[in-house]
Formats: sequence, C-alpha cells, structure tokens
Amino acid sequence: MATREATAPRAPTLRASRRYVGETLIKAALGLCALVSILTTVGIVVALLEPALEFFREISVIDFLTGTNWAPLFEPAHFGVVPLLVGTLLVTVWACIVCIPFGLGSAIYLSEYARPGTRKVLKPALELLAGIPTVVFGYFALTFVTPLLRDIGLNVEIFNALSAGLVMGVMLIPTVASLSEDAMTAVPQNLRDGAYALGATRLQVATRTVVPAAVSGIVASFVLGISRAVGETMIVLIAAGQQPQLTFDPRVGIETMTAFIAATGAGDVPRGTIEYKTIFAVGITLFAITLVLNMFSIRLVRRFREVYE
Amino acid sequence: MKLRVAAPFALVACACLLATACGGSGNSDENGLSGRIEADGSSTVGPLTSYAAEAFQKLHSGVQVTVGISGTGGGFERFCSGETDLSNASRPIEADEEAACRKAGIEYVELQIANDALSVVVNTGNDWATCLTVDQLKQIWEPGSKIERWKELDASFPDDDLVLFGPGTDSGTFDFFTKEVVGDEGASRSDYQASENDNVLVNGVKGQKGALGYFGFSYYDQNRSGLKALAIDSGGGCVGPSVETAQDGTYTPLSRPLLVYAKRTAFERPEVQAFLRYLVDESRAIAAATLFVPLTDEQLTAARKRLEDT
Amino acid sequence: MSRLEGSRRTGRGRGLAFQLALWLSLAVGFLTLGALLVQVFTKGFARVDGKLFTDPPSFDPLIAGARPAIFATLWLMGLVFLFAVPVGIGTAIYLEEYARKDRWYNRLLEVNIQNLAAVPSIVYGILGLAFLVRGLGLGRVVLAGGMILTLLVLPTVIIAAREALRAVPGSIREGAVALGATQWQVVWRQVLPAAVPGIATGSILALSRAIGETAPLIMVGAVTYISFNPSLLGPFTALPIQIYTWTNQPQEEFRVLAAAAIIVLLVILLVMNSFAIVIRNRYQKRW
Repeated sequence: MATREATAPRAPTLRASRRYVGETLIKAALGLCALVSILTTVGIVVALLEPALEFFREISVIDFLTGTNWAPLFEPAHFGVVPLLVGTLLVTVWACIVCIPFGLGSAIYLSEYARPGTRKVLKPALELLAGIPTVVFGYFALTFVTPLLRDIGLNVEIFNALSAGLVMGVMLIPTVASLSEDAMTAVPQNLRDGAYALGATRLQVATRTVVPAAVSGIVASFVLGISRAVGETMIVLIAAGQQPQLTFDPRVGIETMTAFIAATGAGDVPRGTIEYKTIFAVGITLFAITLVLNMFSIRLVRRFREVYE
Repeated sequence: MKLRVAAPFALVACACLLATACGGSGNSDENGLSGRIEADGSSTVGPLTSYAAEAFQKLHSGVQVTVGISGTGGGFERFCSGETDLSNASRPIEADEEAACRKAGIEYVELQIANDALSVVVNTGNDWATCLTVDQLKQIWEPGSKIERWKELDASFPDDDLVLFGPGTDSGTFDFFTKEVVGDEGASRSDYQASENDNVLVNGVKGQKGALGYFGFSYYDQNRSGLKALAIDSGGGCVGPSVETAQDGTYTPLSRPLLVYAKRTAFERPEVQAFLRYLVDESRAIAAATLFVPLTDEQLTAARKRLEDT
Repeated sequence: MSRLEGSRRTGRGRGLAFQLALWLSLAVGFLTLGALLVQVFTKGFARVDGKLFTDPPSFDPLIAGARPAIFATLWLMGLVFLFAVPVGIGTAIYLEEYARKDRWYNRLLEVNIQNLAAVPSIVYGILGLAFLVRGLGLGRVVLAGGMILTLLVLPTVIIAAREALRAVPGSIREGAVALGATQWQVVWRQVLPAAVPGIATGSILALSRAIGETAPLIMVGAVTYISFNPSLLGPFTALPIQIYTWTNQPQEEFRVLAAAAIIVLLVILLVMNSFAIVIRNRYQKRW
C-alpha cells in the first residue's frame, strides 16, 4: 500500500535531516533483529547438515526415506524412517483434532460472548495451561488419561499415540485460543454493529463477520499450534512410547521423530557413530518437512486474508 | 505513563536477580580445599556421584561439585575433549572413545565404585514363574522372537499374555542386557514397551498380570510390594538378585560394574584427589544409600590400589 | 439480505446450540487444567515449605530443596524476557512496517520464522551446544541457557506481535502520516501502543513455554546436581530439570517433592504473567 511506504513529508523543521538519518538507523536496527532468526536457521541447518551428510554417505537417502523398518540401535540395524514419520503424523493429527476446534471455540466465546470482566479472568486462567511444563503433561497422559481411556472401553496399550495426542492438543488450546481471540478482539466494532443493525444473531455475527475478518490471526494461531505439535518432544517421549512401528492405530505405542532424537541424544550411544548420526538425519528430515508445509500454509493464508478498514 | 507502569515491575525484577546473584563463591575451609569439580555421564551412575558430592561438600564446604546426566556416551565425549574432570559410566569406555581421548592427550584412570544387579521382574500376580534360565530369557528377547504367551515358553505355564517392558535402545542397560542374554549388543526383539524412565517400567509391570520387565536393582528394591524378581539360572542353579548374590558373583550374568573415569590432570588438584579418595573409601556406604550393590573386598582393594598408583 | 435466513425461533435454537458448543470448548481446557492442578496440589502441597526454597537438593527427601533450581529459573526467565521480547517485537515491526512484501528475502524471512516455530526443542539444544557453548565458547552457563531459550520462543513472540501489528487499522497509520509523522513515529506512537495487548499475549505464551522446557537446557549443559546458587556465567540447573530428576527416583517421597516443585513453578509463572496481563488489560482497546 502506497500510504504505508509514504516518505516523511518535508516538514519545515530544523531537525529534519537528523530525523532522516535516525529513520535509516532504526530500519537497520530492526533489520538486525530480523537477522537473528535468519542466523538461527542457518545455525540449525549447519549444525544438522554436516553429520546428516556423513550419515547419508553410508545409508542411501532412498532407503532412509522409504524404508519401513526403523531399528538403528538394534542388531542388525535398519534405517527406514517411515514409521517415525507416521508416528509423528498420528500424534499431530490427534493433537489438532483437539486444539483447533476447542481452541477456536474458546476464542469465539471469550471474544464474542463473554463479558469483559469474565474475559479478564478466563483468558489468563487458560494461559496458565500453557505454562505447565511438558514433563507434567507427559506424566498426566501416562498416569491419568491412559487409564481413563481404558476405563471407557478403548483398549489402549500403556504407551499409545492417542493419550499423547489428546493431551498435547489440550496443551495447545491456549496457544490457538489466545492468538485467535486477540485477532477477533481487534476486529473493529463497527463491523459487528453493522451486522447487528442488519438483524444478524450473535451466532451469525461471530461466524460470518468476525471470524472471516480475523482469519489471518486465526490461521496464524492454527499454524503455530500445528508447528508446536510436530515439534513437541517431552509429552511423546513419556507417553507415546519408543516403539517405532508403522501403524495408523492410535491405541498402540509408536515413536515420533522428536522422541527418537531426544532419547538417543541423551542416551549412552557413543558420539560419532552411525547410530548417533541418525539423530541429525532425522532432525534434518523433520526440518525439511515443516519447511515445505509452512511454505504451503503461507500461500494459503495470503489467499484468504481479508483486510478490513 | 508507560514508564510509570513498567518502573515498579522492573525494580522488583532487578532486586530479585541481584539477590540471587550472590551465588556461593566457594570460600575455602580449614583444610584449604576449594575449587570446582565437574562430573557428567551416565544417568544410572549420576545419583551415586551426586550422593558422594553432597556428603563430601558437607565436609569440605569450599569445594563445589556439579553432576550432569548427558548419558554415558555424552559424558565420554565431553570427557575426551577435556571439558569434565570425571565421567560417570554404566559401561566401560569403547574403542573409538578411547581413541578420541588419546588423540586429545587425555590420560585417565578407571575406577569401579559399585555394582548393579539388573533384575528381571514380573507382576506379583504371576505365581507360575520363579526361575528362568538364561536360555529361556534369550528365547523371549532375541530378535524375531514370536513368543507372545507364557505357555509358549514352558508348557507348564498358564496361557496368559506375555507383555514385555524394557529400557530404550539408547540406554546402557539395554546394551548390557542384550549382550549378556542374547549374545550381541543391540540384538533384541523390537515389540516391547520401552521407556527411558524406570518408574514407568515399574508401573507397567505392576499393572499387568503377565508382564515381564528388566531394570536396575534399586527400582525393584523400592517396589517389592508390587514386583517379584525372578531367579536366573545360568547353569549353576537358580539365583535371585540381592546385594549378597551380586557381590559373591553367584548372580550372573546380570551383574554389571558402575564406573567413574577420572582425568589424570584433574588428579593433580588436591580437591579432586580428596573427592576420589572419598568416593572409593566410602563407596560401600554410598552404594548402600543409593540402593546399588557395594563393591566386594577384592574390588575395593583393586580400586584403592588404582588410586594409589596414580 | 437473503443471507440472514431463519426466523427468530430457529435462530435462537441454533444460537443456543452454538453457545453450548463454545462452553464445551472452554470446558475441555479448564477441566484438564483443573484435573492437573488437583493432582499436583493434593500430592505436593504439604511439601511446599521453606525448605524447598532455602535448601539445595539432597539424597534425603526430607531435607531436599530446590533452591539452586528456583534461582536459575528466575535468572533464565529474566534473560528470556530481556532478549526475546525486544528482538521479537523488532523483527515483527520490520516485517510488518518496513519490509517490502514483494522482495524475495522478506518472503523467505516469513517462511523461515514460521518454520522455526516447528523445530523441536531438542534441535535448539543441539544448536546451542554447537554454537553457543562450543562455538562462542560461553561454556555451560546460565547465559547460554537463556540465549537458547530465547531462540526457542522467539518465533512465538514474532508471530504474535505480527498479528497484533496487522490488526491495527490502516486508518490509524494513514492519519498519523497525514499529520506529518515519520515512519518510526507512526510505529512508535500509534501502531505499537495499539498492538501492546497482542504483544503481551505473545510474551506470556513465550515465557510460559520457556519456563517448562527441559530438553534444550540439558543439551546446553544444565546439570542435575548442583548445590550452590547459579550466577550468570556459572553452571546451573532449572526447575523443570529438577522436577524430571526427582520423578525418575525410585523413592515415592521424591515424587511428592516433584509435585511441590511444580506448584512453585506454576506460582512463578503466574506472577510473571500477571505483569503482562496487567499491561494487556490496561492497553486493551476495542476499535
């Protein structure tokens, strides 16, 4: 938008020249901040790439990406990453089944239905959920949710993807809810007033007016939630199991990519061996997958984003 | 206006941080011992070293000891790059790790400070199994094993489900068990419930009648009310895990040494010498307190000699 | 407008059902929070005594405390706040207000930040070990831990801040420019104050995540046994690590201690967040 990039008008002040220099300096400083995230990514890629390349020199990339047996520390060793991929997918899907609808629902309630006083109390209370250490969530999934699922008749194993996924979803509700709610609260009130004036019910205002107007923030919260679900380590390490098997049944134990990295990284494997390098191979695979997914999602958001004035 | 809001918070925050900044600087005591000792390595041996550190620091308040749990492999990596003074290990140093130490010019001494009796446990509701031979264990755990029910192992056993629990593949316990029972390090069936956390395994075995699992002696010892340890027959009769049987060598082959490696250059420091001496001399009390199996007389003498020779 | 279908009656029925569904959404989160808190409090409340704050960890659960861990966590949170919030806001301002959207490097930056949010915390640990501990030679100190946690939560702050800046109506900016403001004045005086609530939410979520992380700290060298207070350039441990260590001990009393430590952690979190919540409520605006 042209107005955003408007150059400062030539205001007749004595400090005009200094202000221009200041502007450039500020832009540089802000650019430096942005550089931090670039450097982080570069650092991650560099830290992962070298050992990963060494790994792929010994194990073919095709075998790695298409093999369905993951047993790098067993004798004989197998290096097919597909079970880990499916494990990650399984847990993430269940996490999203929980966090997206319930997070959005909570956000709509807090933004459109709750009184300002109630919102002031409920929103921070929900955010408290986000602060509980992931270790605690992991044990909660193992010691509370799994027996609960068994009680209601689902024949789950002691480690299973379902408990971990559900609990992870609940952990992510505050992320989705808080960001979505901020986006909806920021929608100008006149938009709502207009809709009410036309005879819309609260339901219609919420779903047909506010949510579409806030869709950029809402989708951003979804993406953040999904990203965190894919990258979550502790909950899956404790509750989802360390049994890399290729299955779509959420009631059995599996192993996610993150759990494998964490367990092997902190374990007794000697450094520099091929078994240790699997960590980097899996890490860089994860990184590449999320990169592709994120590129898609950004394109998607750009298409649906509406700018309201 | 913004400043007024932020100022009191900022003040409180600064005060908190400054208060904590007065961290113990380690002033030396009457013996003149002071300094920092850094240990890292196995998460099994960590509690032993931590206990020793705690007791040692009470006697010598000027010394500060820190203990990490990067894992046996991670510990050796740091040790052989000179970052740590001591490395805790639940397995002996391997060839490539030795090479790394040699390359970096790190000379070290290996000290055994305790034993662990790896226990094979079943649920207390399991009234049919009391003793298994090593061969039977191998049949259960070897790669490709299809044994899913107790009856398949021994026809006299009932037809209950066999549910297996064990440590993750990256743990020293796994390496040790597979080597001793199956014959090859890392050779194991993959369809068992694995966990990093021994407490989780304990709960798992407690929760299912047909469960069978293996983990360190201390976890069995603390949960005797819900667990039953199986005796192992390695050719000389059935022997159950206990402090005595692990010490006199009759509980085989699941008795393993717990080791601490010390850098020779660290040895030149009086506080490190004193700590290691304490670790070895008091190793029996330390092991007893941390629920490991103390050294036998010969092992203790051997360790003391190693220390003297350094 | 044909879109506004339904008579009053069906509208009300649907509206009620919808409201019920929303209630349910909230309930899921709160019921879980309730279950967790009840579990933790009933187990650990008895042990939240002075000793927890004044004594170092010990093998004897009766005298063990979490003093070094509590101090280290406070230090780490301070560092994260100091580093992550300004850099995060700065990046968001750059992306929203200054960067030309059609430039490829700015698009790359966007994708990059979103991707960083998905990187597992353990990979940040690997990064920290390679570059901060070894590369920069910081060693396994509190500063390295704080820096790596900052990098971990930076994407959260940036994404939240960006959305907050986006939500500020363009008319505000245009009005300011029309009155003769420079770009920075527009941002500093008009846009940023309006975006404070969203930024506050971002920092709350960021700090909440940082306080509970274990994996990256262990890789950057947090130890599990330390009996003295941490300093900025000294070894350290943190509350979640202490909790994890205690839950791994065979004795039941340590599980109780772990629950007590969790309570302390939640209280610290609540106090930290309350600062941000106060600021957020103060600046909340409905356009």
